[in-house]
Formats: sequence, C-alpha cells, structure tokens
Amino acid sequence: MTDNVSVVSFAQAPHVRETHGTTNGVEMLVPIFKEALDNVGLSKEDIGFWCSGSSDYLAGRAFSFIAAVDAIGAFPPIHESHVEADAAWALYEAWVKIRTGEVDTALVYGFGKSSAGQLRRVLAMQLDPYTVGPLWPDAVSIAGLQARFGLDAGLWTERDMAEVAARGRGGDPDELLRRPYFADPLRKHDCAPITDGAAVVILARDDRARDLTERPARITSIHHRVETPHLGARDLTTSPSTVAAAKAAGADGVTLAELHTPFSHQEILLRQALGLGDEVRVNPSGGPLSGNPMFAAGLARIGEAATRIRPGERALAHATSGPALQQNLVCVLEAD
Amino acid sequence: MTQAPLSAPLDIGFDYTRSLGPTLSRFVTGLAQRRIHGARGTDGRVHVPPPEYDPVSGEPLTDLVEVAHTGTVTSWCRQPEPLAGQPLQRPFTWAFIRLDGADTPMLHAVDADDVHTGMRVRARWADTGGNGVRDIVCFGPEDSEPAVEPRAADDLTMLTTPIHLSYRHSASPEESRYLRGLADGKLLGQRCPACGKVYIPPRGACPTDGVPTEEEIELPDRGIVTTFCIVNVPFLGQRIKPPYVAAYILLDGADIPFLHLVLGCAADEVRMGMRVEAAWKPRDEWGTTLENIDHFRPTGEPDAPYDSYAGHL
Repeated sequence: MTDNVSVVSFAQAPHVRETHGTTNGVEMLVPIFKEALDNVGLSKEDIGFWCSGSSDYLAGRAFSFIAAVDAIGAFPPIHESHVEADAAWALYEAWVKIRTGEVDTALVYGFGKSSAGQLRRVLAMQLDPYTVGPLWPDAVSIAGLQARFGLDAGLWTERDMAEVAARGRGGDPDELLRRPYFADPLRKHDCAPITDGAAVVILARDDRARDLTERPARITSIHHRVETPHLGARDLTTSPSTVAAAKAAGADGVTLAELHTPFSHQEILLRQALGLGDEVRVNPSGGPLSGNPMFAAGLARIGEAATRIRPGERALAHATSGPALQQNLVCVLEAD
Repeated sequence: MTQAPLSAPLDIGFDYTRSLGPTLSRFVTGLAQRRIHGARGTDGRVHVPPPEYDPVSGEPLTDLVEVAHTGTVTSWCRQPEPLAGQPLQRPFTWAFIRLDGADTPMLHAVDADDVHTGMRVRARWADTGGNGVRDIVCFGPEDSEPAVEPRAADDLTMLTTPIHLSYRHSASPEESRYLRGLADGKLLGQRCPACGKVYIPPRGACPTDGVPTEEEIELPDRGIVTTFCIVNVPFLGQRIKPPYVAAYILLDGADIPFLHLVLGCAADEVRMGMRVEAAWKPRDEWGTTLENIDHFRPTGEPDAPYDSYAGHL
C-alpha cells in the first residue's frame, strides 16, 4: 500500500431535467465512456477494474446496474464491481483496488435517471423502515427541517442561502428572496434541480498517470464516515462525519473545494464545519445546485476538482449520501 | 422523422411484513396501547423512537422509558402539497418534536397553521392500532388536542409496512423501434456495427462492443429452439397449466435467442434444434409487445444440426 493514485480523466453527461433514455443509463454512458477513454488515449481493454454507483430505487427495477454493463462492451469478461451509493464510494473501492497493486487503472462511473420516479419520495427509502419510513418523510422536507435548525440557531439566514443559490445557478439574491416558499423555510432555488445524468472518472497509479496526462490530480488521501440513522440523535446543524473524514484525510490548507450539497444551507453548513475561509474557491463548477445527477454528483465533485486544480494547489472534494448529510466522503487532491 | 421512445407507467408495490425484535416490539406494542416509549442511551439521553442500538456507542438498547404524549417543536418545515403515504393528505407541517421525558426529538407531522419552534403539541391517535408510528396520526396544538388515556392491546411482534412507488419506464430508442415493429407484425432486429451480430431486441449497446446496434434487419417469424425447460411447478399468476415448455427461440438470421413458449406438441417432444414458427394472436389484439405472438409451435421440418447453433448457447 505505497502507490499513489491519480485522477487522469473526467467526463460527464449533460445535466438534463428528463432524458428520453432508459433507467439503465446506457444512452448517457456510451458517449462519456468514449470521451473519458479518448482523453487519455486508452481503450476499454486497458482498464484493469470497473466500478459503478447507482440505485435500483431510482430505476424502479432490480439489478438495473447489470444492464448498464452493456455500455462497457464487457467482452472478454471484465473485472467489475458496483456500489448502491453515489459513485464517489465506487471511486473509493477502485482507489483501494489500485493501492493493493492488483490493477494499474480503474474506470469509475455513476448514473441516475431521477426523473423516472418522484425523487424526493423515492429518497424516503433511505430512512429507517420501521419507525420513520412509514411516515414517508421526503428528502426536501428533511432538508427543510435541517435548514430551520440552523436558521433558528443563527448559523445562517435565508439571505445567506439565497446568495449560495445565486452563485450556484445564477440570479439576484434580492429577487430570489421575493419568491414564494416551496417548503418553508426552503424556496425552490435552495433545492438542487432534479437532474438526469452520469459521470466517469478514470484513475491510474502514479507511474501510469504521468504517461496518460500532463496534469494528473493526485489523491493524497480519501476517507469516509457515517452518522447514526437515528435522525433525532444527530446534531443536524453541523456534520461530525464530514469533519472526521476531513481530519483523517488531512484536508487543511485547501484552496479549492467541490462540495456535494444538494441544498443551499448545506454548503454554508459544510463551510462552517470544515472551517473553509474566503480564500477557498467553493463549488466553482456551480455545484449540485446547478445540476444534481443522483449517484453521479458526488463522483463529479472529485472530477470537477481534479479538472480545476492548479499546479501546486490542494483541493478538497466531498460526496454525501443518505438523509441530511448522513454519510460523507472527503477526497484530498494535489497537483504538481 | 424519429419518433420519441416509448414509455409507460410502472407502479410497483409490496407490503413488507417486518419482524420487530425485542426493542421495537415494545415500542410498537406500546403505541397500540397509546403509550410512547423511548430508549435510554448509554450516555443517559432518552431517544424516541427507541433505537435498537445506541447512536453513539453502538450498544444494544433495552432500557425502555415511557414518555409523554406532549412535547415541544424543535424544528419544522411546511408540506403544502403532501405526497402519497404521508401522514395527512392536506397541507401540514413536518416537525421534530421533543416529547416530555425525552432528550432528543422525533420526526412526525403537525396539523396546525401556525407551527413554530417552541410550540407545544400533543399526539392525536388513530382509531385502529397496530401500525407502529402510524398509530399516531399526527400532533396537534397541546391546548386544543384532547388528552387520550392508554388502553389495553396485545403484544405485537410483527409490523406491516406497505411500499408503493410509481415510475415512468422508458424503452430505449432501439427497443422502441422493435416494439413499434411488433405492433405491425414485424420482428425488427439490428446489427452491431463492430461484431456484425444481429440482436433482437436491438440494443442501446452491444454487450460485446459497447456501441449501439444500427443496421435494421427484419427477421422471419420462424427459427429453432436452442435450449428449453419444462415448467412443472405451479406459481401465482401462472396462465398455462403445467407441464409446458419455456424455450429460447433463435430466429433464422438472429444471433441472440429470446425466451418464449413452445406449445402445439407434448412437452416431452420439445428438443434442442427443433424448428418452430410463431403463432400470432388475432391482429386486432396486437400492441407494442412480443405478447402479440401467443407462442411458437413446431413446423415439422427436420431439426437443425447441433453445430449450426452451438455458438448461440
């Protein structure tokens, strides 16, 4: 376990409100596999390990990720795995696989057609199925409860939230604040849009990375932590699991951060929890408020950070999973 | 002009029956009795609903504590357009409510127009018990919500939790051409531009090459049985009396078989390599589905030699 691993390529499908494509993502994946491989002059036979993140609940069918494997052209048979989580966790698995020395390269992909179902209701499937799920609390309402805790505690204001939204998706904060509530305290601009999409990241061990691209982004550390599923026992005004993951990953001194925050107040919450000051560029990509392809948006944060990192810079990429930032992954990247 | 891909509603559901274990049995039994229990955590905090394992230490929690029907709102979010399955089907407010006697809040609905942090609320109970947290319909303002006494109820060890989800399922562009072809009585496959294999249904990605199939090939409605099984076991929703044969049918000119029924002969007469043809339903029953073909039946032609289909098994 001594080899460093770098991000060498990133591609993502256009963020769209509703694709005509299938829930197995093939139509979104075929072109971006090609783009990501072409970026670094690789063919599918050069990839040592393939790992994906997606959800059957989003697709409404069992083993939906199996159909997605068609997009690879998996013959001769490939070395493949899948996580029922954002593909940032698939990247974690691929990172481990390369570090074991078993493979030199890995292609990680995530995809989701959120528009196929009622996303905020489908996400109730993440909750305790005995004592919470039977009430069908939806993802927007749970985020609203979290936002209220912070508003009541004076940790952020509705104007702070509107300013985050204006930065992520355009608009004027004053005008945004005049719009009606969607789920008081949230307005529509506080919630990430429903997005169909997919993302691909190619990883390579350092000795290969230099041959593949002039600008590899080295993963210096990656950690993830999870909090209790018991919502009431969590302090929802902060994110102890993100803080713990960032501490383990040695995330201090970053000047670029891509945060997987599908709600405006969560960007503020994470900036506060991680102690990110004004010197840190946060979500220069626009972040999830400009496009939130489920099960790909966390992976895309790593890809976006790797694409934007400047020589000598340290960047933090964050991914989340579960209700109200329950599980969090922090990846620290460096470029020479 | 290319038509938009076909799509259709896909509604799935299942009533999960969940065994409860010692901690949640007492919680659910208590609710049926109109009593609310929390669990005392290893740090002394009382959590409602009772977690089976401590949120911090992970220790099993079995020290249950009865708390009040009343409590205080600690956070709230309006739900102006309730979704299917939520506690109320008119505008309501989600809230975290710290019940008197508990240290951490529980999530539930409040039926009031002026919900605010610090508001005092009281549980409103369903007439029928035994549905776990749904035995509490919602919470109402403490002053106007009548107090309700506990009542007797038997011990519960199981809970039914219905899950119903609705989707719009889309066929791929290639599958849509195939399905529309079926509505016209045509069997449309496509050839992979890389390996030259003919797929029916055509595919958004050739599983060997990862590229969409392209050149359209109309295939005949006859071919061979590559492999088959005799269904002897009855199951829910079965439409044919066993024994009958489910077989892989390889149409002449295709490189991948599909699953269909072989009828028109005794089940034990079906064999690998047997020549079969489609038995179509009456034309006025056709739709965008392979069910337009009721089954395949033997043609009586000589069997195909094994070598001719060995590569398709």
